[in-house]
Amino acid sequence: MMSAKKQITFEQAMDELETIVTKLEEGDVPLEEALSIYQKGVKLSKVCHDKLQHAEKQMATIMTDTGEEPLDLNNEDSTS
Amino acid sequence: MSEPTYLTVQAITKYIKRKFDADPHLSNLYIQGEISNFKRHSSGHCYFTLKDDKARILAVMFSANTSKLKFRPENGMMVLITADVSIYEASGQYQLYVKTMQPEGIGALFLAYEQLKERLSKEGLFDVSRKRSLPLYPKTIGVVTSPTGAVIRDILTTIERRYPIAKVKLYPSSVQGDKAAPSIVQAMEKASHDDSLDLLIIGRGGGSIEELWPFNEEQVARAIIAFPIPVISAVGHETDVTIADFAADHRAPTPTAAAEMAVPHIDEVRERLMTKEVRSMRSINELLKIKQNQLRVLAESMVFKKPERLYTQQMERLDRLSLQLKKELFLTVQASREKMSQFDRQLSRLHPKEMITIQENRRKQLDRAIQLRMKEVIKRKSSEFSGRISTLGALSPLKIMNRGYSLVYDENNSLIKDNVKVSKGQEIRVALATKDLLCQVNEVKERE
Repeated sequence: MMSAKKQITFEQAMDELETIVTKLEEGDVPLEEALSIYQKGVKLSKVCHDKLQHAEKQMATIMTDTGEEPLDLNNEDSTS
Repeated sequence: MSEPTYLTVQAITKYIKRKFDADPHLSNLYIQGEISNFKRHSSGHCYFTLKDDKARILAVMFSANTSKLKFRPENGMMVLITADVSIYEASGQYQLYVKTMQPEGIGALFLAYEQLKERLSKEGLFDVSRKRSLPLYPKTIGVVTSPTGAVIRDILTTIERRYPIAKVKLYPSSVQGDKAAPSIVQAMEKASHDDSLDLLIIGRGGGSIEELWPFNEEQVARAIIAFPIPVISAVGHETDVTIADFAADHRAPTPTAAAEMAVPHIDEVRERLMTKEVRSMRSINELLKIKQNQLRVLAESMVFKKPERLYTQQMERLDRLSLQLKKELFLTVQASREKMSQFDRQLSRLHPKEMITIQENRRKQLDRAIQLRMKEVIKRKSSEFSGRISTLGALSPLKIMNRGYSLVYDENNSLIKDNVKVSKGQEIRVALATKDLLCQVNEVKERE
């Protein structure tokens, strides 16, 4: 199991959350396990929320020969 | 008469070649014909025969010119060429030195497009099984396109609107002209080393087939197929389908569509997340309710209400058993005791006291009998004895001697009887009743 903290990607978290939900919905999970995976689900959902809420708006960059630079399209106009 | 001048083969060949080369009617010719005996040398030069139904002429096209060909010449293909006519000195053959070539009827680019499409398709490179699915929540999206075109602008606008938490990295390339294809391949090569990318969009805006051509180049198609992560192509308008579109994992009709394809809408993602939360909450609540119900049912069961029921029966049983045990023990002891006293009685009945008395009586009886018998015997014996004594007294020699008889003994005290020899002078003793007479024999006289 992955630690539901930093390493997990949003997609993995969503997938795992879906697995947990499906398992819970099947209904035949023993209570302790159900509670523990529910707690895990709550954690995962928080991780996802955090990733969605706190993710900064990403800046687009351009990969030049010298490296990565911010991309600003306002200087030039489209040609093609 | 002067001697004729003999020319070398080389000289005459050179002369003819010069004539050919100098003739304006033999250069920059436009010729149409059918290709046959087509051979491509490893150097890139192509050798073939151009023919029609009446004549044929050898042709060569050097690699500098073949490399510009968009299509692949094939036998039987009707082509339009521009060429010069010249002599190949080594064989003395005149031939066409082809400068350009295009297929007759259809455009060269269209033919090239169809040929490449068919070839790559036969290699299986466009197979549906090769198509990779796009990541659901990409974090970083690479874009290979012109840094100044509308493409990157449309993509950025769309991603910012739908999924602002994704990052876009532009790998700039030229997208038009002869240098475009290598430039696109180079930009993709660079992007392929970027581990942060989750998917790649390559694209350019609409244009003529010539303008879109770089995306029909084999090297671009192969770069797309070999790309390590999924690729979305967005080239031209909806109606323009390039080789790149076939090679890509997904084709978007426009750059905006490519961006929409690449990222989910963040609100939709939130909703998905919420749905999952609601579902899991509902499930766990339901489960808890079920378990609580089960618990309540169990708690209300008889066992918990009257727990003593669990042990009263056992207690009863214990009592009954211990009672029974005592009883059994008592009975056993009593039985044993009875048996013992019975034995006791039997034993006392068998006591030898009476036997002893009987025997004692018998002994006394015998004793008396024996005493009696003994007295009788003694009485008889003593009377017998006294009889004998009187007899004995009557027979005693002393009584005889008292009547005058004597006994003669020799010197050894042996009685001398009549038959005993007695000699003269022998000392003898004559015993009388009360005295002994010691005598010497004077004479022995036999009586008659």
